Amino acid sequence: MATDKQVKLRIENLSLSFGGVRALIDVSLDVRDNEILAIIGPNGAGKTCILNCISGFYKPQRGEIHYNGQTITRMRPDKVAALGLARTFQNIELYTGLTTQDNLMAARHVLMKQNFLSGALYFGWAHKEEIEHRKTVEDIIDFLEIEPIRKKVVGVLPYGMRKRVELGRALALEPKVLLLDEPMAGMNLEEKEDIARFIIDVFEGQGATYPNTPVLRDGITCIILVEHDMGVVMDIADRIIVLDFGRKIAEGTPAEIKSNPEVIKAYLGQAV
Amino acid sequence: MGLPCGTHNYTYDQDMAIMRTKTHWALLVALLVLLFTFPLYSGGYLLSVANLIGITVIAAIGLNILLGYCGQLSIGHAGFIAVGAFTSAVLTNVLGLPFLVGLIAAGFMAGFIGLLFGIPSLKVKGFYLAIATIAAQFIIIWVINHLKITGGFVGIAVPYASIGGLVFDSEASMFYLIMVIAVICTFFAKNLARTRVGRAFVAIRDNDLAAEVMGINLFYYKLLAFFIGCFFAGIAGSLMAHWIGFMNAEQFSLMESILYIGMIIIGGLGTALGPILGVIFIRLMQQGMMFVAPTIEAAFPALPAGFATGLAPMLFGLIIILFLILEPRGIAHRWMLFKSAYRLWPFSY
Repeated sequence: MATDKQVKLRIENLSLSFGGVRALIDVSLDVRDNEILAIIGPNGAGKTCILNCISGFYKPQRGEIHYNGQTITRMRPDKVAALGLARTFQNIELYTGLTTQDNLMAARHVLMKQNFLSGALYFGWAHKEEIEHRKTVEDIIDFLEIEPIRKKVVGVLPYGMRKRVELGRALALEPKVLLLDEPMAGMNLEEKEDIARFIIDVFEGQGATYPNTPVLRDGITCIILVEHDMGVVMDIADRIIVLDFGRKIAEGTPAEIKSNPEVIKAYLGQAV
Repeated sequence: MGLPCGTHNYTYDQDMAIMRTKTHWALLVALLVLLFTFPLYSGGYLLSVANLIGITVIAAIGLNILLGYCGQLSIGHAGFIAVGAFTSAVLTNVLGLPFLVGLIAAGFMAGFIGLLFGIPSLKVKGFYLAIATIAAQFIIIWVINHLKITGGFVGIAVPYASIGGLVFDSEASMFYLIMVIAVICTFFAKNLARTRVGRAFVAIRDNDLAAEVMGINLFYYKLLAFFIGCFFAGIAGSLMAHWIGFMNAEQFSLMESILYIGMIIIGGLGTALGPILGVIFIRLMQQGMMFVAPTIEAAFPALPAGFATGLAPMLFGLIIILFLILEPRGIAHRWMLFKSAYRLWPFSY
């Protein structure tokens, strides 16, 4: 793994409020290349709000978000996605009527070029493009071990599988930055371990195993993880940012966070 | 859904193909032969019913793209068909342009009017969008009734369709014209549904929030769905005008719009087969009622006058309710179940 840690995504003085509720207050943070950044904090601390601001779903009142030297604050969500930021959701937001395979294919949308005319004619160009993208999608299906549910409509899948399909859909977009919103919520230990393994594997890249799928071959070098499971966070994150009531109260390596009195106070109510 | 016994996928090409076996091709050819030889062994009445079904299928395919795939409820579909019908009527009758120009222009005109009434879909959905599109129904019909060029309340005569020297002046010739276009429309709709744009439509229907975050431009694709859906309606309207030969805005009532929604619900929302099956079912039921109603009225003189005419809408309502309760995924789903059961027989799974 390379050691350079360039800033990939910079959030400056972000403030977001809904009427009288101040969801984020003056939050600044850097997301660097070659790191898994975890954002933790009690429920309602504003973790998901940060992700929603990054993906363009919320429009913050103040502050800016820069990605690769470009300001993406208040940009339309589909344009942010086209820049290479993909995410998963806390409450699974899949296309319930489509199969697993089509959910992943739908995420290839920004990478495909056919329009409604070539699609309607199908034979020739659109067909070739479909097969091309199908290959990548199959690599991702293979990587996530979801072959048996490839042709199943996702609405009927069990929770753990749907979470995995959602991760696959985010990967199918071939993002440069991956935002994961509680990828392990509501899972048992085994499922959590699986997902943690997938996240680390994606981060590190799989090299020659998937030579034709850049997103799996080279990995995604910048991952933001929002998670409640402290064990997982401490194990896989390189850096942790702690939010409480919309404010950033701590930032540092897992070891630093563990012993930070502010963090302990926020989680347990008082300094131990 | 299983494949026929002994069929295996070795390439993605095979996996994506619709026609997998020789039997599939044989059945397709047989169906097309059966369809296009239909005028040879059927009379005028049956042919006119078939023509009505063909035209309705084209419009229903459009509504299926809009409602079934993209999830945008439109209760103004008959209005958009009317736009197509009158565009074609005015262009061919008043301006004397050829039929093909009228046909294409009808599609585009209905598509653009559809775009206009599709704009509210960017802000509202579900019931609220339904109300907004009802406005389309009433505004369009009002405008047609009050324009001089469309013949106002009286209506407008429409010449026979003709391509080059070929004049479609009989039911049989019209049948071929309608069916060729219906087959092309079905082909387009099926391919659209299984490629990039179709997946974007379903993504918007199933989860517009996620769709937007995953890179689908809601503004563009919702309006595109309205355009394509209404384009098909316009084509159907043009064919309707040249088939009937006289257009009056009263033919495109709100009831007709609701009927279209009923058809694709009964057939199966968001399936390629759904609109075809639903249209055949409803149109045949309507025709059946015309035969049965007088008999019922004669057999039960105690019934109030007009009971038989009211029977069709009542039956229609009953059937919709029954379908929503018993088979919300429509006849197309039943057909799929039958197919997979047939393939597995005599095993249960």
